[in-house]
Amino acid sequence: MSLAKITQIKALALAVPGDDIDTDRIIPARFLRCVTFDGLGDHAFRDERTGPDGKDRPHPMNTPQAKRAGILVVGFNFGCGSSREHAPQSLWRFGFKALVGGSFAEIFFGNSTALGVPCLTLSKDHLAELSALVQQKPELEVTVDVQNLKVSAGDKVWPASIPASARDGLVNGKWDPIADLLDGAAAVEQTASKLAYVVGK
Amino acid sequence: MAKTLFQKVWEAHTVRQLPNGQTQLFIGTHLIHEVTSPQAFGMLRDLGLKVKYPQRTFATVDHIVPTNELKEPYSDPIAQEMIEALRKNTKDFGIRFFDTNTGNQGIVHMVGPEQGITQPGTTIACGDSHTATHGAFGAIAFGIGTTQVRDVLATQTLALSPLKVRRIEVNGVLAPGVYAKDVILHIIRKLGVNGGIGYAYEYAGTTFENFSLEERMTVCNMSIEGGARCGYVNPDQKTFDYIKGKPYAPKAADWDAAVARWKSFASDAGCQYDDVVKFNAADIRPTVTWGITPGQAVFIDEKMPDLNTLNAADRQTAEDAYKHMKLAPGSAIKGTKVDVAFLGSCTNGRISDLREVAKYLRGRKVSSSVKAIVVPGSQLTAIQAVHEGLDKVFIEAGFEWRGAGCSMCLAMNPDKLVGDQLCASSSNRNFKGRQGSQTGRTVLMSPLMVAAAAITGQVTDAREVFKV
Ligand code: SF4
Repeated sequence: MSLAKITQIKALALAVPGDDIDTDRIIPARFLRCVTFDGLGDHAFRDERTGPDGKDRPHPMNTPQAKRAGILVVGFNFGCGSSREHAPQSLWRFGFKALVGGSFAEIFFGNSTALGVPCLTLSKDHLAELSALVQQKPELEVTVDVQNLKVSAGDKVWPASIPASARDGLVNGKWDPIADLLDGAAAVEQTASKLAYVVGK
Repeated sequence: MAKTLFQKVWEAHTVRQLPNGQTQLFIGTHLIHEVTSPQAFGMLRDLGLKVKYPQRTFATVDHIVPTNELKEPYSDPIAQEMIEALRKNTKDFGIRFFDTNTGNQGIVHMVGPEQGITQPGTTIACGDSHTATHGAFGAIAFGIGTTQVRDVLATQTLALSPLKVRRIEVNGVLAPGVYAKDVILHIIRKLGVNGGIGYAYEYAGTTFENFSLEERMTVCNMSIEGGARCGYVNPDQKTFDYIKGKPYAPKAADWDAAVARWKSFASDAGCQYDDVVKFNAADIRPTVTWGITPGQAVFIDEKMPDLNTLNAADRQTAEDAYKHMKLAPGSAIKGTKVDVAFLGSCTNGRISDLREVAKYLRGRKVSSSVKAIVVPGSQLTAIQAVHEGLDKVFIEAGFEWRGAGCSMCLAMNPDKLVGDQLCASSSNRNFKGRQGSQTGRTVLMSPLMVAAAAITGQVTDAREVFKV
């Protein structure tokens, strides 16, 4: 399996501010009633975007730049809550190829990386600057540099971070671990043979 | 060298280091359900792969099962499609499926322990964030995404990085009317909803030692709400007694060896923790959430926080929360009108929860303004409850008695809030929209507090209502 090397993403960005945005808000549970991930992009942030009356309400995802944006700028503890991969799937299918935030919930982060979507973190102040800039200048191109751990926009450059294992996987085109895991088959069998409950005791 | 349970289990299951520095970790037990597995089977088929150890994956159906409609086809065709997909996938790949006609179906985190599949010193993964529940038995158990479900199916392993371990000690005796649920809500309130990021939580101290396995499960279950990927309690005699005789428990000659092995996994005296936090059981009172994250909680007799007492970051979430909950900052939560009472979920849908509530419910009536439902988490729980006559107690009090499933814990089945209804709920998440209505409101609490809310039509103190 050969995967794209994800070193740098240049795109317009969209800010969806707020901390502790959970996976139920990213993709409400009723859209998990499905057997494929197809079409989930349409439902990203559905209940935030649409009021109970079915009408659109003011939300960054309803602005014209949302459709054109490839980078999502969020707050802290983004993606907390359930393990549903439907959450990053819906963002990815909507068109976001990278996320920048203050911090990410662990399962969400892992699910995103496994899709080849880097989630980089900035310091609180830098994130606030980026978020404000993106909101003021929707036409500004933002660069998420996974290789060099930087996020830049206009003449601004901020240091960014991402755990080393995720970064290496992305930039080397090994963000989906399945090939490596399959490679270890012999070692897997050896480990299994030493576990009494696995061999049936 | 003295080691934690986490380290010992990790080492015993380490296959090798991966080129990216992560560990290839063997997953001894894999649990699946209808929501997060179909796409994984799809990926497996696309890649032309088989299930490596089909006998180490166990399936059940829980999220989409309608709890008031026991016959198929279900009125929701998508629910029907999902259950059928799981039937087909488990059949095609030779996986044991605890289907609705087996008498063993239920919420995946209840089925594992009930069947004796959940055992100490093992690794457990499931495409569900509340997998931490199984840590009550001294297992390292965590939730995974669908691509990882594929990884486990195909290789029985995952690519992971080790976690740090925080020991959370609670010592002493809980006052009457204070439960395991209050303990975990209190811990999350104090350590924060992201306080656990990067950690496994080891729950220790006399309070947890005195807890039954069911109480330990309630605590471990909500580790994820505290940001921790997994939580566990060291195995002890109570753990072994619980497992003994269960269908998948080691039998006869294997039993003693298994117990010896399980004991050896407990954290060693004098081992190093990355962090230690201590609480006194006596300081904990019945706790309820007032906001839209499980950390936004107060004791029932406390006032909700004033906005200007919060730091800037908390304040923003709190403003959002007060607006959504239609509650006034600085006021009492006690007395807030309740429309729905939900008793169930993998946090508090076990037999001990039903018994405890039933003990106080006899002779009381649900308020005419409240819709109250009780949903046993599993068929075995339901059967046991009926055997003990608990269903009658609930029905006589005015609760609807339902079939096993996730029900109103989340909105994937017909049990949903309507409009801005406020639900007193024994479940684990109070996120906006979690219970099926965008404007619906959830207040998390212990089962007995749910019963008190059902009877009085208000968020109230169960200790007063039931003279506990
Ligand atoms: S009861 Fe709720 S938390 Fe538990 S598995 Fe079901 S939906 Fe998830």
